[in-house]
Amino acid sequence: MSVANEMVIKTEGFTLHIVKTNKYKTNTLVWKMKAPLNAETVTLRALLLNVLQSSTKKYPTTTALRTYLDDLYGAGFFVDLAKKGEQHIMSFSIDIANEKFLKDSTPLLQKGIDFLAEVLLNPNIENESFHQETVEKEKRILKQRIQSIYDDKMRYSNVRLVEEMCKGEPYALDANGIASKVEEITPQNLFDYYKKAISEDELHLYIIGDVNENEVETFCRNLQFENRSPIQLERKEGSNVKEVKEIKEKQDVKQGKLNIGYRTNVHFGDQDYFALQVFNGIFGGFSHSKLFINVREKASLAYYAASRLESHKGLLMVMSGIEAKNYDQAITIIREQMDAMKKGDFTDQEIEQTKAVINNQLLETTDTSRGLVEILYHNVIANQNFTVDDWIQGINKISKQDIIDVAKKIELDTIYFLTGLEGNGE
Amino acid sequence: MKKIAFDQLKETLYHEKMENGLNVYILPKQGFSKTFATFTTKYGSIDNDFVPLNSTEYNHVPDGIAHFLEHKLFEKEDGDVFQQFSKQGASANAFTTFNRTAYLFSSTSNVEKNLETLIDMVQSPYFTEKTVEKEKGIIGQEITMYDDNPDWRLYFGVIENMYQHHPVKIDIAGTIESISHITDQLLYECYNTFYHPSNMLLFVVGPVDPDQIMNLIRDNQNKKDYKDMSEIKRRFEDEPSSVAEKKKVLQMNVQTPKCLVGVKACDVAQSGKEMLKNELTINLLLDILFGKSSKSYYELYNEGLIDETFSYDYTQEEGFGFSMVGGDTEKPDELSERIQSIMMEAKSGNYLTEESLERTKKKKIGGFLRQLNSPDYIANQFTRYSFNEMNLFDVVPTLEEITFNDLKKSAEQFFEEDRFTVCQVIPNK
Repeated sequence: MSVANEMVIKTEGFTLHIVKTNKYKTNTLVWKMKAPLNAETVTLRALLLNVLQSSTKKYPTTTALRTYLDDLYGAGFFVDLAKKGEQHIMSFSIDIANEKFLKDSTPLLQKGIDFLAEVLLNPNIENESFHQETVEKEKRILKQRIQSIYDDKMRYSNVRLVEEMCKGEPYALDANGIASKVEEITPQNLFDYYKKAISEDELHLYIIGDVNENEVETFCRNLQFENRSPIQLERKEGSNVKEVKEIKEKQDVKQGKLNIGYRTNVHFGDQDYFALQVFNGIFGGFSHSKLFINVREKASLAYYAASRLESHKGLLMVMSGIEAKNYDQAITIIREQMDAMKKGDFTDQEIEQTKAVINNQLLETTDTSRGLVEILYHNVIANQNFTVDDWIQGINKISKQDIIDVAKKIELDTIYFLTGLEGNGE
Repeated sequence: MKKIAFDQLKETLYHEKMENGLNVYILPKQGFSKTFATFTTKYGSIDNDFVPLNSTEYNHVPDGIAHFLEHKLFEKEDGDVFQQFSKQGASANAFTTFNRTAYLFSSTSNVEKNLETLIDMVQSPYFTEKTVEKEKGIIGQEITMYDDNPDWRLYFGVIENMYQHHPVKIDIAGTIESISHITDQLLYECYNTFYHPSNMLLFVVGPVDPDQIMNLIRDNQNKKDYKDMSEIKRRFEDEPSSVAEKKKVLQMNVQTPKCLVGVKACDVAQSGKEMLKNELTINLLLDILFGKSSKSYYELYNEGLIDETFSYDYTQEEGFGFSMVGGDTEKPDELSERIQSIMMEAKSGNYLTEESLERTKKKKIGGFLRQLNSPDYIANQFTRYSFNEMNLFDVVPTLEEITFNDLKKSAEQFFEEDRFTVCQVIPNK
């Protein structure tokens, strides 16, 4: 049995993906716009996304726009910025009730698609420029959003690790843009960038729900875009780590945040990618993993100690919250776990357990429409064609030797520690 | 086994009360991959003064003990139950709120085994002096992590401001000092008092066969010997209707100030239909006043007083209730004044229109459908509703019943000067 049937239709300018399912009481639309991540456009894109979602020509204020959505049985509408490897993705999501669960049976899907077209193609502009006040308001909000990363120490230390580790690479940029670049943006240059993005970005629309494919295609006729040939990023081969960087930063915090970055030299789509996933699961991905057991359960040093992959960039990130005085002990334990992985010091049972949990997690993710879109979109990013079933089979085939082989490719790159003012940071 | 059909929503719920008093609910969801189960006891951080089983005297237990017990139930003589779940391809978790503790798993295979693991884990406590001591280090780091989190400090700051005596003002995890007094004996005392099946609810949602699941649960429970329980005696001091403190300012290592206005609820002795209607009405009221389509949201946003972190919500359980409105802001004093004046104006009828009520009801109905996509939401919320003698599936009909008059009355009763309070987090000097 196939987990999800994705129907892919190339239309002018964009690709339409339809997944028909009767699991949900709502229908979900996700519009994705992808372009290379770089310092010149990252802040423009972050602002653009928010200016577009705040008003349109037909709904010229946030109040008018949100009132319309409330009338559509509270259609959910939100935007999101992400980086996948060195690509920058803007997403617009709409989640709208399926009228068959309502007393009032006005068809809502078409209204949802029309609304998306309005947001994308009919923005709130005056004289070849975005509405000035809207842009100014959204600039303020964007600056506050970038600044707010500082206030959440878990996020902050994660961002700082990436900045230090990937210095000089586009990946060091935050998806929300650069604070000092926000002020430079004007309603005119933002509009110029809008025209560029709308004609050059790689565009995908996902529609998930109990829908009729032909009907969806008809509804989408309002979404008209020029044809384009999007830029395919060439992947730079993994840099060999010359020297491990160690950075300590002091701030007024009670709990130290230890973040460690490794280069895996393996990317989504590579042959040994599934082995890397199993590696991560045994090492630090779950509550049965080595990091959790040894840092938390055995040594009682932390509440959380985990690792995760940045699949499209080939990174492995470890994070834990510890007392500053336990810094050396925590590092030692974490390094021992990595060495154990490279030496094959893990059991068949750990492998089986990890495969079961990965497959479980994958299937669970497909139970939410947003999760399913994220899984399917990996293919777009890496120019691959994996189904969820391929993924599960790929995981199941991994042997102990595969995991050891992939472990040997992993190199420690940067250790970042955010420590309190009283701590032992140098 | 009783079968309850909800035609408009196309859902069927199965219910049985076991002989030992345990309430079991099963909601089949075909088409989904995962099954989600929660096993919940009506026991949370506020239950700190009670008569232990086989005793006649009230006992006051250390702050954070319900949450500590939640952590310790995963550990058994032969190891950690997390391991057992992951061997069976499941992910397990647990959480403690003010008035309940839930244990849960989700899995896409071995559902029956996982369900048995969950039930047996919760029904076979194992605490020793040594394992209790070890856990103090881990929970200590959990408490420290929250201490550094400005949003959490702000949230609890508002609750502390509101309540003079009620234990809802105590942090769910307690403090490093309070958990140092926890012993294995005390854990057993709490466990034996609150983890009797008659004080618990089991909810299973997913692509399951209800008969098969119910049989499994019946067999499992029949193997265990539970004596009948008398009602649990909990004790709470009388709580005045006015807030304890009007304002508190915390200095923290942040760049943007934060501000929350709290409103302490009256009429919190409700349950059942009355509570459901009250909580939905206040939710509609807040939505009309502060939702993204509201006049005040537009003004506050335009004036630079709020950003995308602005939010509002209302919490009500037996014995306490409050609403909170606010977020990050460059001008915390101005924002708190504006929020309070909007509420006072609503009290005299401003902002409230028939049209906004109808639109907001539609919004809530669509939002409810969206939440029904999530098995996690259904299981968790159904349990909460049920512990308060309400039914999750009554939400839409009850929403439809709410009149403009109800809305106005609610605004008049809810918004009172002496029930307002403010908490702010501002950057360190």
